Formats: sequence, C-alpha cells, structure tokens
Amino acid sequence: MTSTAPALRFNRLAIEDPRALIFGRAPHPLTTRDGLVIGGGTVYPEINFTLPSMGVNAATLPQVCDQYRQIIKGVLRRAAELEAPGVVVEFETLPPMTEHPAWGLEIVRILLDGMVAERDKSGLRSVLRLTPNDNREFERPPLMRRGRYWEAMLELFDSGAAAGAELLSIESVGGKELHDEALVNGDLAGSLFALCILGVRDMRFLWTHLHDIAEKHGVNCAGDTACGFGNTAMVLAEQRMIPRVFAAVVRAVTAVRSLVAYECGAVGPGKDCGYENPILKAITGFPMAMEGKTAACAHLSPMGNLAAACCDTWSNESVQNIKLLGGMAPTCFMEQLVYDCRLMNRAASEGPPAAETLQRWLVESDASLDPQAYIISPAASIELARAIVGADSHYHAGVAAARRAIDLLSSASAAGALRIADNEAGWLEQMADTLDELPQDEDTFIEEQLALADPEKFLPAEYEL
Amino acid sequence: MSDHHPLTEAIIRGRRKDVPTLVSQCLEAGESAQSIVEHRLVPGMAVVGERFKKNEIFVPEMLIAARAMKEALKILEPDLVAAGVKPEFTAVIGTVEGDLHDIGKNLVAMMWKGANMEVIDLGVNVSPAKFAAAVQEHRPNLVGLSALLTTTMPAMRDTVQAIRDAGVPVKIVIGGAPVTHTFAEEIGADGYAPDAASAVDCALALLKQGASS
Ligand code: B12
Repeated sequence: MTSTAPALRFNRLAIEDPRALIFGRAPHPLTTRDGLVIGGGTVYPEINFTLPSMGVNAATLPQVCDQYRQIIKGVLRRAAELEAPGVVVEFETLPPMTEHPAWGLEIVRILLDGMVAERDKSGLRSVLRLTPNDNREFERPPLMRRGRYWEAMLELFDSGAAAGAELLSIESVGGKELHDEALVNGDLAGSLFALCILGVRDMRFLWTHLHDIAEKHGVNCAGDTACGFGNTAMVLAEQRMIPRVFAAVVRAVTAVRSLVAYECGAVGPGKDCGYENPILKAITGFPMAMEGKTAACAHLSPMGNLAAACCDTWSNESVQNIKLLGGMAPTCFMEQLVYDCRLMNRAASEGPPAAETLQRWLVESDASLDPQAYIISPAASIELARAIVGADSHYHAGVAAARRAIDLLSSASAAGALRIADNEAGWLEQMADTLDELPQDEDTFIEEQLALADPEKFLPAEYEL
Repeated sequence: MSDHHPLTEAIIRGRRKDVPTLVSQCLEAGESAQSIVEHRLVPGMAVVGERFKKNEIFVPEMLIAARAMKEALKILEPDLVAAGVKPEFTAVIGTVEGDLHDIGKNLVAMMWKGANMEVIDLGVNVSPAKFAAAVQEHRPNLVGLSALLTTTMPAMRDTVQAIRDAGVPVKIVIGGAPVTHTFAEEIGADGYAPDAASAVDCALALLKQGASS
C-alpha cells in the first residue's frame, strides 16, 4: 500500500492581514447571473429552512411542496420589504429528496419559481444554492464511490444545476464513519486520519465529479463543510461531552479537509456551517458564508458574533417552518439576517476604519470566552492558514494545523487572553504529546491507523487504501 | 485518598491494566462474581456517571472507565453465566428509520450499560418491523428510540405502534433534539429524557415502577 498524496494546491495566503479578513470583502469575489457580487463589498443574507415534523414520501409530497412554496414566498417578500441588496437561498435537502432526485428537483423548481416571481414583483435579486444531503452512509459501511445513493446524489446535482441552481454545495461525510468514534474518545490521531487521509481522498473524488457537473451547466462549485466533523465536535463540546479545547483543535484540522473542494475548483461562497471558513478565506481568497447567533435555531455555538467577522453571506443554518408570534420562522429569521447585514454594510460604507471597528467588536465580544471562538478569530485563522499552506501534504498540513492551534490556545491562555476551564488544561498537553508521537511518514501513519480502525465501520478500498 | 475498594477505584480511574489482578484478588477472597459486579463495578461506574453529570469529566474519560469495567466483566463472564446471573434489565435501543444520527443514541447505550443493563443496539435507520422483531426476540424490559430529524419523528410514532402491536410488555423511552416530553405522550411512549445522564434516571424510574406494578 502506498499513498499517492498530491501536494496542496495553495501554497501561499490570499489574505495576510487579519484586518483584511473582513466581512463583505474577498480578494476573488463571485458574480452571479443575477448580478450579486458576493465578496465584492456587500454582505448578503443567506436564508435556510427545513420542514416541520412531517414525513417525506410520495403521499406527502404535495404537502411538502406546499411548505416550500409558502416558505420561499414569505422569506423573499420580507427581504424585499426590508430592501435587502440581494438574497442567497439555500436548499439543503432532506434524505428522501436526494434518494428520489425527482422530488428534490421539484422543490428546486418551486424555489426558483418563487425567486423569479419576487424578482418580477420587486426587483429583488437572488441566487439558489443547492445542497443535496450526502446519503452515502445509509449503507453501512458506506459505499463512497458507487451504488444507488451515490448515483442519486449526482443526479440531483446534475438536474438541479440544469434547472438553475447556480451554487453547488454539500456537507460531505467521507471519513466520518471513523471520526465520530475519534471524537467521543478524544482521539486526535484518529481525527487526523479521518479528516486528512480519508476525508481528503473522498473530497478529491467527490469534488472532481461536482466540478464536471458545474462546468457542464455553467454553474459554480461553491464549497463543502466539515460539518459532520467540526460541528459534531462543537455540539458535543457545547453539551460538555468533550473538552472545548479538543473541539477547537479538531476545528483547525477540518480546514485541511474542506480546503480540497477549492483545490478541485470550488470558488465560494463556502458553505455556511463551515466554521473553518475564515481559515479557508485566508488561504483561497474566495468569499465565504458564515452563521453564528442567527443559527441558534439549529444548534448552539460559542461564537455567535465572532463568526460574522469575515462573512460574505450571513446565514441561519436551518429553521423549521413553524409559526412564531412574529410570523413563520423562516420569515422571522430572514428579518434577523437582513438587519445583521444592514449593520455590517453600513459599517463598511463608512470606510475601512469603521468596518474594522465593527469587525474588532464582533471578534472581541466572543474570542476570550471560548477556545472554539478564539481559534477562528481573524488573527488565529491567518496563523492556521499559514501553517497549512506551509506543509507539503494534507497529512502534514493537518498535523501542522493541530500543533499551531495548540500553541495559539496555550499562549493565549497564558497571556490571560483566553479562558480555558480547569478540567481542560491537561488536554492541551495531552494533545501535544499525541502529535509528538505521530510518525513523520504518511504511509506509516496510515498503516498504524488501519490497524486500529474497526473493519466493520469502513471500507478502505473506498479510499484507495 | 479514597474509601473506595481498590477495584472500584480502578474502574473510576479507568486503570484497565490493573483490573485483572484486582478481580482475581476479589475472587480469591471468596467474593462471588455477582457480588463483585454489584458492589465493586457498578458503584464505580456510578461515581463516574455522577462526575460526568456534574461536568467534572468528559465522555472520553467516561469511556476509559467503561472499558475498564468491560475488562472486568469479561473475566467474570464465565462465572456469571455458570451461576445463571444476568443483568437485572435488558434494553433494546436504536435510531429510527430514515435517520442516521447516532452519537446521542450511542452515549445513552453506554450509560445504560454502565448502569448494568444488557443493551442490544440495533444501530441506525431501524425500521418499525425490525424493532418489533427485536422486542419479540429479546423480550427486553426497555426500548430506547432516538430521532434527530423532524422528518423522522413520524417514524418514531410508527415504531411505538409496531412495538405495542408486538404485544410484549415493555417500557419505551424516546430522545433526540427535536423530541419533547409532550411528543412522547402524544405517540404513546412511556418516557422522554433530554440527555444521556438523565436517560439512566428515567429508565430506572420506569423500570422500578414497572417492577412494582
Ligand atoms: C452531528 C450532526 C450530524 C452528523 C451526524 C453524526 C452521527 N453519527 O450521528 C451528520 C453530519 C452525519 C448529520 C447528517 C445530517 N443531518 Co444532522 N446534525 C448533527 C447535529 C449538529 C448534532 C447532533 C449530535 O450528534 N448531537 C450530539 C448528541 C450527543 O446529542 P443528541 O443527538 O441530541 O443526543 C442527546 C439527547 O438528544 C439524548 N438522546 C438522543 N437519543 C436518545 C435516545 C434515547 C432513548 C434517550 C433517552 C435520549 C436520547 O441524549 C443524547 C446524549 O445526551 C444536529 C444539530 C442538533 N441541534 O442536534 C444536526 C441536525 C439534527 N441535522 C440535520 C440535518 C438536516 C441533517 C442532514 C439531513 C443534513 C445534511 N446536509 O447532510 C443529514 C441527515 C442524515 C440522516 N439521514 O439522518 C438538522 C435537522 C433538521 C430537521 N429537519 O430536523 C440538524 C438539526 C441541523 C440543522 N441543519 O439544523 N448530522
């Protein structure tokens, strides 16, 4: 077994100054068909929504479609009333909608129709991000490169792109079959293996296919997220299941995995729940979606303000279509997003000093309170980005990111700039020891980890191992 | 400084390597396997569970303790089997059909094992029919259902129905982010727990109540 690990495509930073890692501005903005310039100076709201408690099957499909019709009308009407400069709409499918691509496509069409209707009515510009959920792990162990889940997923990407979904994304799961275990065991070496060996290989395979689909239809590969890795860690840390410092270090490593989408041609905006996106923006210069306090409807996080510091679209991750006192929940969340964007855009319109002040407030209101927030602050993100692009392989990049993260957290804590709980302090040392013991050679590392991995959980051949 | 038995202490500290010797010492001193489980191992896991509940330790540390306990059980198993000793309660657990989220479910399974229940884990994406068949096969006292998606909550309702239709008297506990106590009542489940630690309390309360009724 030999690993044929290509080097990293990015070997220098697109953004070197933390102050330039800022909301609304990316070195390589993306212009949509409708004329939104994402990363070109304006932060846009990115609205997400999901179904209330209901089944999705052939019998309920008409009601499901009605839900989406109602949602898109409500959210865009509110955005237009509040004079949003434009809107990104994300459709993240639920499993049956990817399994039956025709159902997913029907909803894509409903959303696009709703977007056209609002444009005709008020001139509101918008773009659709299509995020088929990754069903490959319905098979256990997962088949990553073949089989009906893989085929159906590609079909939805293809038909959705043809219909007009202009941004393609996914929360891909390659490597996750081992990562969950690594997380609950606090196993950093296992996490590195899942993210930087398995994850990277799967990302390369998947995003090469997605790139072909995007080219065929003249749409854009937007980006992936290590949601199933970094956000699982974050939610576990939030519930006091695993140490926050561990989740923070895992977050740093997830950037290596998510980076592969850009190495395969993605151009942003990176997917909202990728809290590793600031690191990726520093490396690639592409615009990024982010979510923070406005995503509390989907999951809690310790970086509600800080996450906005360098966002190019600002998202709510996902909210059920249920009635709140103010209106339907997606509409209420659209309003929150629009106001947050107004504030950022207002600050930017007063010039860099004002924007940088707001950026600093967003960062400083969260950074010292939680290592997970600290680690994605603009300054730390650039440090991590530098560690990653300086490495000669994804494995070494992951190790370098972990090491830099541990150093950043330790020195911030020592300097009194970051609070780390007493029962977590020992974990930093323990993680550093783990890194010291890792083999330098990637093949040796792979061999060691394969010997430890549960053969019932994953198929090495799906990762060219 | 601790007034725990050395074996209990080894469980608490997760010193798996020390476990075989300590178990042998107990056996040589004439303690029965059952008594070792009840008085040395389970109290150790109880301390660990308590520390976890108070946020003093994390899951990885708890898993280390759980592995130490497993080590002890492995040694004691032949004796337990010979004496016909079985855990007091058996539970079947799984994530409902259409749903692949299993971290929460796994933690609940681990906590239940720590409370000395026999736990049969059916995995993820488990159909109502499969739950019903497992209930008939294993005759558990308890079934745990997990769902993390709003769109798989209906599958939870179907599963409760299928288990009831199977006609085996069993307590059903449900959990998962979108699920609530009210929903549990609505679909005819017996209990709901918001997290892994309270899943033990909830299960034991229901089981004791079941035993006395
Ligand atoms: C991690 C995660 C994932 C991981 C799952 C990893 C795994 N092996 O489980 C991955 C990335 C694979 C994933 C996939 C998906 N996910 Co997801 N996921 C989450 C996330 C962030 C955390 C869940 C978690 O693990 N929490 C940590 C554990 C410890 O907590 P817990 O599960 O709540 O369990 C505790 C309690 O609930 C309770 N409990 C749980 N089960 C039981 C059972 C019993 C008997 C008892 C007593 C108690 C109990 O005790 C547990 C321990 O304390 C949630 C967000 C959230 N708010 O929950 C979204 C979330 C549930 N996912 C969501 C979605 C949409 C999906 C996908 C469709 C999306 C996609 N783009 O891929 C797929 C669906 C896959 C499928 N078919 O199931 C949505 C659901 C929206 C909806 N309509 O309901 C959420 C809410 C996030 C969001 N976008 O808003 N997801």
